[in-house]
Amino acid sequence: MRCEIINPICEIGAIRVNAKKLERHKVKIVIIDYGAGNIQSIKFAIRRLGYDAVLSDKVEEIQNADKVIFPGVGEASSAMQKLRVSGLDKLVPELRQPVLGICLGMQLMCNSSEEGNTDGLGIFDLDVVRFPNTVKVPQIGWNQIEDLKSDLFKEVQDKSYIYLVHSFYAPKGENTIAVSEYALPYSAALQKNNFYGTQFHPEKSGMVGERILQNFLDLA
Amino acid sequence: MLTKRIIPCLDIKNGRTVKGINFVDLRDAGDPVELAEIYAREGADELVFLDISATEERRKTLADLVYHVAEKVNIPFTVGGGISSIEDVDILLKNGADKVSINSSAVKRPDLINELVAKFGSQCIVVAIDAKQIEENWKVHLVGGKVPTETDLFEWAKEVEERGAGEILFTSMDHDGTKNGFANQALAKLSSELNIPIIASGGAGAVSHFTDTFIDGKADAALAASIFHFKEIEIKQLKEELKKDGIPIRL
Repeated sequence: MRCEIINPICEIGAIRVNAKKLERHKVKIVIIDYGAGNIQSIKFAIRRLGYDAVLSDKVEEIQNADKVIFPGVGEASSAMQKLRVSGLDKLVPELRQPVLGICLGMQLMCNSSEEGNTDGLGIFDLDVVRFPNTVKVPQIGWNQIEDLKSDLFKEVQDKSYIYLVHSFYAPKGENTIAVSEYALPYSAALQKNNFYGTQFHPEKSGMVGERILQNFLDLA
Repeated sequence: MLTKRIIPCLDIKNGRTVKGINFVDLRDAGDPVELAEIYAREGADELVFLDISATEERRKTLADLVYHVAEKVNIPFTVGGGISSIEDVDILLKNGADKVSINSSAVKRPDLINELVAKFGSQCIVVAIDAKQIEENWKVHLVGGKVPTETDLFEWAKEVEERGAGEILFTSMDHDGTKNGFANQALAKLSSELNIPIIASGGAGAVSHFTDTFIDGKADAALAASIFHFKEIEIKQLKEELKKDGIPIRL
């Protein structure tokens, strides 16, 4: 399952018919595999857009990718522990190509998380904290994103609905590129240089999510 | 604003969709993957697949189904039915399920909830509770609502939350299949006593039932099966009506 061939379409007929699709198959997309989360859905969502993605925990393969996706669901401190064991905690902050952290992936890109009191990768200068008990925790379902900045949201309308499931959130800060509201306004997405993060699951957010994933894959 | 969720439930037997009236008579309503795609297109916020097969190959058949659904569908879905171990959950999540729901196995061995939460996180562990009102008390039932227990619904729900479940799917056996509306009193009590989302199930028959369960029942989501399968209510139309009633809904 880990070593799938990136470019399965190599028949001549397919090339003629599907030139655009072939271009897409040339894009090297790596999903970082550190044993956290529902990675299959992300793979499928990327495939629905006509691309292929490989799962990898190999430093060289991740470094050589055109786009890197950093997934994660589960608990923050144990996920950080897994990253440390494999040395990926050092690798991720040094990547130069566009990197997209999803859900817990985004949270781990922050300074720290209150969940299991763990340090994060320190890419975004924010501390992840738990929602107050004035609202049901976890937040599960579809909420809206607004104050959209960055090419990640090209052709995405203000107040579009996205799917989230989380108990902890990153507050608003200078790297916030989308805001959502649950108990209070918080960061639904972050960006700093080549690093992007979404608290929501673009792979599960219908057509809007597919647009956002496509925008990420279109980044130079 | 977080919206209320509309969740079609697909009962699955040997890889096909079925729906029982009061969990007994089964009628075939089609191919689950195709149905899932249609629901996603029509605006369903989430899907639930409930496997009621009893064959030896059920584990593999269900894992295959999950894989094919995840391949095609761009909204979240939960899988339940006969899940009783970490291995069961692991296979389903690896094949692309977003959440799993456990029911009888959690009542029989409550520590299973803690173990699953520790391994996979609260966000993907839904505990389904079937209950029936006996005299004044709501009692938890097992095996698709067939076997009564002495366990009180509200005490069990509280324990489920404390053990770390991310969500509760509450089915009233008294309402299921009646099409007379959801068990809003019990739902409202659950919602005020707990701080995790509650999915209402059992009794949907009209648009007003959904409005009532979101307002009076304080439910976070509402699940229904046959009214959607047999197109008695179209999801798109339902959501437009709910929006008109002032319910926060994703259109």
